Amino acid sequence: MRFILLQNYGEVGSGCGPMPEWSPEDISAHIRFQQVLNEELTESGELVDAQGLSGPERAQFVVSDGVTAPVITDGPYPESKELLAGYRLVDVGSADRALEIAARASAAPGPDGVPLEQPIEVREVLSAPDPEV
Amino acid sequence: MTTVIGTEDLLRALAPRVLGAVVRRYGHFADAEDAVQEALLTATTTWPTAGEPDNPLGWLIRVASRRMVDHYRRDDARRRREDLAASWSVTRADPDTVPEADHDDTLILMFLCCHPALSPATAIPLTLRAVGGLSTREIAGAFLMPEATMAQRISRAKATIKESDEPFSLPTPDQRASRLRSVLHVLYLLFNEGYISNSGPDLARTDLSGEAIGLARSVRVALPDDPEVAGLLALMVLNDARRPARTAADGELVPLAEQDRSLWDRSLIIEGVTLVTAALQLGPAGEYVVQAAVAALHDQARCYVDTDWSEILSLYGRLERMTGNPMVTLNRSVALAMVDGPRAGLALLEEVAEQMGHHHRFQAVRAHLLEMAGATASAMDGFRAAAAGATNLREQQYLTKKAARLAAELP
Repeated sequence: MRFILLQNYGEVGSGCGPMPEWSPEDISAHIRFQQVLNEELTESGELVDAQGLSGPERAQFVVSDGVTAPVITDGPYPESKELLAGYRLVDVGSADRALEIAARASAAPGPDGVPLEQPIEVREVLSAPDPEV
Repeated sequence: MTTVIGTEDLLRALAPRVLGAVVRRYGHFADAEDAVQEALLTATTTWPTAGEPDNPLGWLIRVASRRMVDHYRRDDARRRREDLAASWSVTRADPDTVPEADHDDTLILMFLCCHPALSPATAIPLTLRAVGGLSTREIAGAFLMPEATMAQRISRAKATIKESDEPFSLPTPDQRASRLRSVLHVLYLLFNEGYISNSGPDLARTDLSGEAIGLARSVRVALPDDPEVAGLLALMVLNDARRPARTAADGELVPLAEQDRSLWDRSLIIEGVTLVTAALQLGPAGEYVVQAAVAALHDQARCYVDTDWSEILSLYGRLERMTGNPMVTLNRSVALAMVDGPRAGLALLEEVAEQMGHHHRFQAVRAHLLEMAGATASAMDGFRAAAAGATNLREQQYLTKKAARLAAELP
């Protein structure tokens, strides 16, 4: 079963400010946490892909009717908190395992090592039909 | 285990020679390339257990040729059968003959794979497969792409080459210089792809940089008197020499100024400096030679401050006149700041502000010079802006931390 674990720029449970306002040590600890988690998921054979996205300032929105020139809106986008910041794609044995990984990611350390309580959106990736069906 | 690694290395070294021989015999670059890949795969699975044949090159040429013939037998298209028969009758040679002009074959393949009709994004994987002997799976893995997508990209690249209808020979003298530029550009981009990856979590993709260096070495063997070939190879090894110091144990980016220079690879530095010296004697310095000369000055300096910045400043001036690339101006402003102080560097940056102002590299350089000038608050804002625009994860993290460090210094 594949699940995608999404995180956006919205507020976190711990109520701390955005990363650029943290101390360098806290930033390092956070980065290290994410790396260790990815290494663990690689070793367990569950990590398919993990990516961080460039900032909301670089976001562009495209709308097209397929005929006339597309309408392209450049950032910064007013609702940037809704934008995706990054994701992990995992291939796991059960939905519970996906939730367990999401819980680990949610508790990533913030300033002074306090868990961020970052909301993680867990979505199952639609699979091909079962051959028995 | 060692025999397996030995086999792989041998196969990869032989790949372009096998392909050259098969294309020479049967024509049809695209089909020959598939046949050679199949022969390499067969060798990978049979050699480790059955042992290497006495004449590995002849074995591979024979197996690839057989595949080629099998494909045509299965193929109903009459035209192709006739083509093959025609090419056969002219060049029916002993399959065990070792082809001559191996270096030329490698070079011809490089010219074909880096054909100007191909974008670098398609030329790079094709070169890695046809000249580097990598499998589609390995190439897809290095670029973090699905294998099917990469396979499609490679086959489209081959279709484009087929349409270009280019003979399997070296380009004509009047085309040679521009075609060589395409080859060097593709290798340069491949090296950079490995050195600072634009996507993915790893700052340096070791394998791709190593592949680029290996390919540049084989071009250098084929064209020992070309200054830009020597210059590009020098640039690659001089940058690669610094790689062990470029990432900290926790994977974070360490900038040149803060690198532990005792970690730099001395043998690569010696090789690079020797190459630059040779390149400068071969003829007027082009882009790659000048960039390599800059890299050589960095690699030979005891520390960042002791670097020969005035020489670097003049080299960047030359490079700027040669290329008109505003990215070079960013580098020159750093050199100018080291020679004449940060305010001079900042003044130079203003010249390209309109053109480059929104680029994160511009913002990062500007923030760096502002920090040098003691304008801590502006530098901090600059690093934050640069981090927001960064497209490499490690660079983004480095810039964010830089801003955080300056924030801690503010009253």
